[in-house]
Amino acid sequence: MSRRILAIDDSPTMRGLVARTLREAGFEVYLASDGVEGIGCLVDADPDLIITDVNMPRLDGFGVIEAVRSCGSHSAVPILVLTTESGADLKARARKAGATGWIVKPFDDEELISVIDKVLTR
Amino acid sequence: MDDFKELFFIECDELLEALASGLRKIEESVATANQPATIDIETVHAIFRAVHSVKGGAAAFGMKDLVTFAHRFETVLDEIRSDILTADTKVMAILHRCSDFLADLVAATRQDIAANSVQMEELLGELDTLISQDEEESFSFVPIGLDLVEQGSEASTTLPRNSYRIRFAPDADLYRTGNEPAALFQALQKLGEMTLTPDLSALPVLSEWSLSQPKLAWVIDLASDHSEDAIWSVFEFVEGCCSLKIEPLADPAAEIPDPSQEGDNIIALPIAAQSASNPTAKLDSKPETEQGTTIRVNLDRVDRLMNMIGELVIKEAMLSQVIETVGLAENLDVAAGLDGIRQLADEIQDSVMAIRAQPLKLVFQRMHRILREASDMTGKPARLITLGEQTEVDKTMIERLVEPLTHMIRNSVDHGLEDALTRERRGKPHIGTVTLSAAHRSGRVQIELSDDGGGIDRGLVRKLAEERGLIAQGATLSPAEIDQLLFLPGFSSKQEVSAISGRGVGLDVVRREIMALGGRVMIHSTEGQGTTFSIALPLTLAVLEGMLIQLCDQTMVLPITSIQETLRPTPASLHGIGLTGRAVANRGDLIPIIDLGLSFGLRSERSPLETGVLIVVETDSHKRAALHVDGIIDQRQVVIKSLEENYGRVSGVSAATILGDGNIALIIDPEEIVLSSAADGARSHKLMMNG
Repeated sequence: MSRRILAIDDSPTMRGLVARTLREAGFEVYLASDGVEGIGCLVDADPDLIITDVNMPRLDGFGVIEAVRSCGSHSAVPILVLTTESGADLKARARKAGATGWIVKPFDDEELISVIDKVLTR
Repeated sequence: MDDFKELFFIECDELLEALASGLRKIEESVATANQPATIDIETVHAIFRAVHSVKGGAAAFGMKDLVTFAHRFETVLDEIRSDILTADTKVMAILHRCSDFLADLVAATRQDIAANSVQMEELLGELDTLISQDEEESFSFVPIGLDLVEQGSEASTTLPRNSYRIRFAPDADLYRTGNEPAALFQALQKLGEMTLTPDLSALPVLSEWSLSQPKLAWVIDLASDHSEDAIWSVFEFVEGCCSLKIEPLADPAAEIPDPSQEGDNIIALPIAAQSASNPTAKLDSKPETEQGTTIRVNLDRVDRLMNMIGELVIKEAMLSQVIETVGLAENLDVAAGLDGIRQLADEIQDSVMAIRAQPLKLVFQRMHRILREASDMTGKPARLITLGEQTEVDKTMIERLVEPLTHMIRNSVDHGLEDALTRERRGKPHIGTVTLSAAHRSGRVQIELSDDGGGIDRGLVRKLAEERGLIAQGATLSPAEIDQLLFLPGFSSKQEVSAISGRGVGLDVVRREIMALGGRVMIHSTEGQGTTFSIALPLTLAVLEGMLIQLCDQTMVLPITSIQETLRPTPASLHGIGLTGRAVANRGDLIPIIDLGLSFGLRSERSPLETGVLIVVETDSHKRAALHVDGIIDQRQVVIKSLEENYGRVSGVSAATILGDGNIALIIDPEEIVLSSAADGARSHKLMMNG
């Protein structure tokens, strides 16, 4: 059974790119256009990994992390933060919120997969 | 987590509103088209998204009923979306009820009370009848996973060059952040040949195992042609939440520049550059989210800001008083500076008021449902037209308008509109129309609710009022005065208490609630043509335009909105009535005089009318009275400070304010003053004047 990844991003372009890459790599991909939607489909999607954007309407990436971490059934799901910033600040914040790792935009397919490999067993 | 729940519920409000207005939009196009209507697909998408998002959020919080219901609901919506189901009037009726019930369900979940399971089963059943069997489960989060061949580890066939020993001991944080040692090992494996040895030396006895202090560690030997950096990068995410040592093992193989590594870099650049163009695409798609330019702010913060501005206005008044006292007022620079501050304070106040302002749409939209329910229960077909939804009022007012408006809408349908047969007989359209409109009018917000019903049956109202002892038998009353009777406590124009508007709440409660908001309700009715209720509301609850008056040694404030005019009576215009009553003749009317000093117990003897000023006020019930005060000081904006909250309720006083000199002034409630004085002396005037 292929691994499931939930990708949350308010940018359709980014969603499309991530989805394509992940599907090509054999993942089952679920998409959400913002944090609330992402948290919403947590149970339905039952992902093995969540990739989330930071700046989103309604509920941002950190909110997603906190919500997931406090959601009984899925609190241990690895979460990767997709971000345009690479500052230490952001990493510290992401870590504090409970993020598993981060990917700095822009990235290429290989980078994305290699980052996923660090947090998700296959 | 509760914060998120709250966020979800707030979100639900928006979604439910989007759902309701979307359904209305579709209904309109269904109603106007004869053959299968062309429905705006974007609207269908929007309502689907709304229900879907409710379901989504609910699922995350384990709100089972909500998930179940929203799920079935969205299945039906999805069928409409994919043209499997046609939205005819019957379907729309079900959808409307489902939308209403979904709102109920959200409200119940929010308050943590049980949902109406009977209604839920019923509606689920109805939804089921709309779902074509094979379409079930064809929507939502469609997993489009491709089961490609697993990427193998065939890449690591290059000859090992370096050997490393890695000592790795995770902290609790590593697990907390969702990191998984196994995943790290998997990534390491891609770099070369790896032997993994668990280090159990630190493990305590089983009884002392603790999740918060993981003691399991590993020693990893890795033979790789990658640099040490590549290994470090595998551990990039766990740096700081594990103890990690990477040491090269003595290996004769020298460090040879790694061509493949450089090649990687070269390839990576153009790709990175290519994907760097994506942000443009991202920007282009930005308009998709409308909320981009708004932020949520806790109301408490805005309230605090509002309070501080209140203080600022007071401080500014104090400052100008001090400047006057020390004789600096004539100094042009000081005056200009003071003016600047005053203007700024005004602007800040306006801006904060604008923050608190919200469109009446939020209330008006809810009224569609109320009308629908009332229409269903009475069997009178009715529609609601809302106008001026974008008119903004203070947020607190939005919330407190829901109850009164709800009651008034029910009242309009129940008592205002005629039944379909009567309407037909009178040559009116089959469907009754209730119009709810709002507009800004000279510093106030005017809300009007009108129906095209039969108007007030004044004969019946009169008869009922007499029966209930609200008026004397055969009293002379103008049509307007009869209409006012509807607002009296205990009045109900229906013979029997009806299930809809007769819930023990009368129009008197409506009026009290509107008055509590600093507003007033008026009623106009034309027989056979309908009734209009007008509500006038202040723009804000925090400041008030007031007239400062002198009363004995006190300064008091009269709300400017209730003042009609001020008079200096001539002896000829004064009339004594009975033993104690006095009245002033003004424009052909005799207006009873109320000595405010006596009313407040500030003096024991009434003051001579030759001194002081009479201020004519009009109450909401169109009663006029002339308040006798010692003098008028000034007209200015005052900041309302609740007296009830800080002290207690005082009859005839609505609130207090702080003046420039730091003294407290009470804000007079003219309505109460007039009513209470009518209760003891002034009633006799009325009778005598009528007789």
